[in-house]
Amino acid sequence: MANPMKIRARADGDLVEVKVLMAHVMETGQRKNQAGELIPAWFIQRVEATYGNRTVLSAQWGPAISANPFLSFKFKGGAKGEKVRITWFDSKGETRTDEVVIG
Amino acid sequence: MKAGGALTAFAAAGWLNPAHAEAQEWNKAAFDVRSIEELVKILGGEAASPNDAIDFNAPDIAENGAVVPLAVASAVPGTESIAILIEKNPNVLAGLFSIPEGTLPEIQTRVKMAETCNVYALVRAGGKNLYAVKEIKVTLGGCGG
Repeated sequence: MANPMKIRARADGDLVEVKVLMAHVMETGQRKNQAGELIPAWFIQRVEATYGNRTVLSAQWGPAISANPFLSFKFKGGAKGEKVRITWFDSKGETRTDEVVIG
Repeated sequence: MKAGGALTAFAAAGWLNPAHAEAQEWNKAAFDVRSIEELVKILGGEAASPNDAIDFNAPDIAENGAVVPLAVASAVPGTESIAILIEKNPNVLAGLFSIPEGTLPEIQTRVKMAETCNVYALVRAGGKNLYAVKEIKVTLGGCGG
């Protein structure tokens, strides 16, 4: 089971700024281990951010996104006390969802 | 799974909101491209051209190629998506961010760079492909072992 994301969401009026730090190795498939064997690629491929039923960001990533990925974005129409939910899906079929209350 | 099949067909036909449809499944072909021209061919629309309505904030020199912070803000009306391309990485496309209505066309993330090269922020809006480009010098590459 993957470690939880760190998510912060702050409202300034109805504009919500979301900052996410995900825990993921984001292995490129280019690196070799000490025995000289390639370490297989393993990376987050899709990210979805939702506010209620509304998708507020969706992304597709390759292995060039840094390990323990950082993502920041802003959406309008959010309110303090409501939740933002983030889900990622990786290249091994693993997924993780976390949510945070907008402050 | 009939509904899912129909939805995929609709998405393939481009009948869904393209900004959203683009992100429904991981687009392997897009991540296999070797240039911005090839990416535009896959995603569709006019040939890519530079545009100064895209604010692309990145360091001139990245001491650690494993963690290069990038910020893109588009003032192009109707921005549907923002893509980051790193010219000399093994996979040129680093990320494709779809911007639904109500979300500001600005994102921040961190990427890996194998070596010094041009980095593109490609903005797609109403069939147009517009970009800002910046050369980032890398002191220590972030992709090798």
